[in-house]
Amino acid sequence: MKPLEDYLIVDFSQFLSGPSASLRLADLGARVIKIEKPGTGDICRTLYTSDLIMNGESSVFHTINRNKESFAIDFKEPNELEKIKKLLAKADVVMHNFRPGVMERVGLSYDEVKKINPNIIYAEISGYGTKSELKDLPGQDLLLQSLTALTWLSGNQEDGPVPMGLSIVDMLAGAHLAQGILAALYRKVTHNVGAMVQVSMLESAFDFQFETITTYFNDGGELPVRTKSNNAHAYLGAPYGIYKTHNGYLALAMGSIPVLASLLKCDELLQFPENKFELRDEIKNILASHLQTQETQFWLDILEPADIWCAKVLNYKQLFAEEGFQVLNFTQKVEMLDSYNYKTTRCPIKIDGQIFTSSKGSPKLGQDNERIIKEFID
Amino acid sequence: MKPLEGLIVLEFCQFLAGPSAGLKLADLGARVIKIERPVKGEACRQLSIKDLFVDDSSLLFHTINRNKESFAADLKNPDDLVLVKKLIAKADIMTHNFRPGVMEKIGLDFETTLKINSKIIYGTITGYGDKGPWANKPGQDLLLQSLSGLSWLSGRKSQGPVPFGLAVADLMCGNHFVQGILAALLKRAKTGKGVLVEVSLLESILDVQFEAITSYLNDGGQQPQRSDVKGSAHAFLSAPYGVYQTQNGYISLAMGDLLFIGNVLGINLEKFTDKHKWFSQRDEIRTLLSEKLLNETADYWLELLKKEGIWCGKVLNYEELDSQPFVSELQLKQTVKNSAGEKLVTTRSPIQLDGEILVSTKAAPKVGEDNLAIHEQFLSNA
Repeated sequence: MKPLEDYLIVDFSQFLSGPSASLRLADLGARVIKIEKPGTGDICRTLYTSDLIMNGESSVFHTINRNKESFAIDFKEPNELEKIKKLLAKADVVMHNFRPGVMERVGLSYDEVKKINPNIIYAEISGYGTKSELKDLPGQDLLLQSLTALTWLSGNQEDGPVPMGLSIVDMLAGAHLAQGILAALYRKVTHNVGAMVQVSMLESAFDFQFETITTYFNDGGELPVRTKSNNAHAYLGAPYGIYKTHNGYLALAMGSIPVLASLLKCDELLQFPENKFELRDEIKNILASHLQTQETQFWLDILEPADIWCAKVLNYKQLFAEEGFQVLNFTQKVEMLDSYNYKTTRCPIKIDGQIFTSSKGSPKLGQDNERIIKEFID
Repeated sequence: MKPLEGLIVLEFCQFLAGPSAGLKLADLGARVIKIERPVKGEACRQLSIKDLFVDDSSLLFHTINRNKESFAADLKNPDDLVLVKKLIAKADIMTHNFRPGVMEKIGLDFETTLKINSKIIYGTITGYGDKGPWANKPGQDLLLQSLSGLSWLSGRKSQGPVPFGLAVADLMCGNHFVQGILAALLKRAKTGKGVLVEVSLLESILDVQFEAITSYLNDGGQQPQRSDVKGSAHAFLSAPYGVYQTQNGYISLAMGDLLFIGNVLGINLEKFTDKHKWFSQRDEIRTLLSEKLLNETADYWLELLKKEGIWCGKVLNYEELDSQPFVSELQLKQTVKNSAGEKLVTTRSPIQLDGEILVSTKAAPKVGEDNLAIHEQFLSNA
């Protein structure tokens, strides 16, 4: 059995943050009903990236919304709102990521929903919390990365701000919301009480940087400084980084410099008997030119047997060809109601030896209206 | 009340992924007891960045292990092992990130542990899962970023691989671990039986890339292509998405109607009325924007753009961030205090429950700081 079997989640959220949380809960066994605006639906359906459209809708939407149902209903209409309320009366969790005030205006604030369903878990994601002066600004990933200084950790010293190349703050907020919902469900099971769960992208971005921000707070106001080349972490010494080899790239995590000098036969490194943090630019510079002289595998064959933490650097094509990836069975094929099928990834959590897969593809807008109305509303 | 109040977690995990999960559980109300080897304790205590220490332990350790207790025990010492087993009998959850085989040797693998406590939730973190040629590779964050394809998503095309400058695989895996453990608590509530929860750094860092990998899988195997203009922010997104330098600092532009944005900024983008070009010619477009934005200050542009509802923002560093009013408005900092009275300012849990933030003044423990109290409560036969 899946751990969340028999739980019903009504999800008003759009884009990535909220829907990534409900995808996780769906994979863990919950039934997730997306509430969508008739005609257009979740804006993510038409948010095209890389021009990749699958079965008429964006690849991003299909990735995030598989294993869910769709109920198209305009809850701003009083009649329709009554229907939604009937559905909410049966739900364990309701979630949304509208800007602060929107759910209140349509009559679906926590207090209103509690009147219908006192023990419901009411979960929301905002960009910047419901109280700060920024609360009405768009909660968009790149803007949050920029605001929270995340852009000064990746890339090299002279690169200027370098954002992380995926919607990491959205995903973090989604992960934290799922945690809050699960914890609240546990309290509901043990104490029979509902809960309001709130996360914001701003607080999630802070949490993600808890080590570096705490370091900043306690380091006399020193800002993080990236290395001039081969940077992989502003606060770590050499060799931590990725290096070009004769035919590719090599990642080197930790390792004592004299040991590396002898293993790699790099005499120039012998001038650094101690691995001083302040000398990391010089050390990296020497390593970078030395490692270019041989192919990646040549270095791995020396370093791996000596227990130096290192790896080759793969792209997706190379990764998919590796046995270490294939044994995970990490991809799955899912199918939509109209038989369109696509490949995607699966849930990363395993419970009692079971991996969670589901062949259910993303829903067409409103495809489950009839069944949901019959089951919960009529 | 906090949702996990009354639950006991035994944390055998070291370093970041597992302990970051333990911290989340602690902030949600669980009592988290680190099981550490005597004297030296968890390895992360000696792992410092910039040589910053609070007491005998690094600032890094303190950041990850506040709000926890410490029980020192040597798992290789039979007498200590007996005590640990007694503790396990009272616990709800135990977590470890030893390499495959280590707990089997000690006699604390899941099957054996079930005989001590049939309701235990047993969580493990590995680098790469427990089978296949990578199972015994070191589960280190940068190696995971490198193997998983992640390093091709940030930075510019001509730069080669650019890793994320934080331990993103560890942290996301820690987050997934929390989800798995909480789901297991719900399962246990139904079945009354122990549950095994397994996550790996590799699966977690692949999950972070679910959009990019799904695109790759359904787009004829096309690799992500980064833009080659400075400030590139997302391999799959069209212009203007990215960071731009101004006369005094940087601003970000998120997705939006390029032609409208061009009008507002006073740039002629008539050549690019076809939306497909916003992606295919994004380098050219972003170069035009970069040249223009360099001419005025960040505040000048932001005022102009925000007035028109365009999604944009300033790029801050930690110093600027720390001086924002929202840091105190939202109480993003908290102060913790250890048993010697030393204080430390750090961040707090990102989750709010019933309108309350989750805070705790308890700093990370010294090695074995709670042995006596734990002994008295759980282990003495009196």
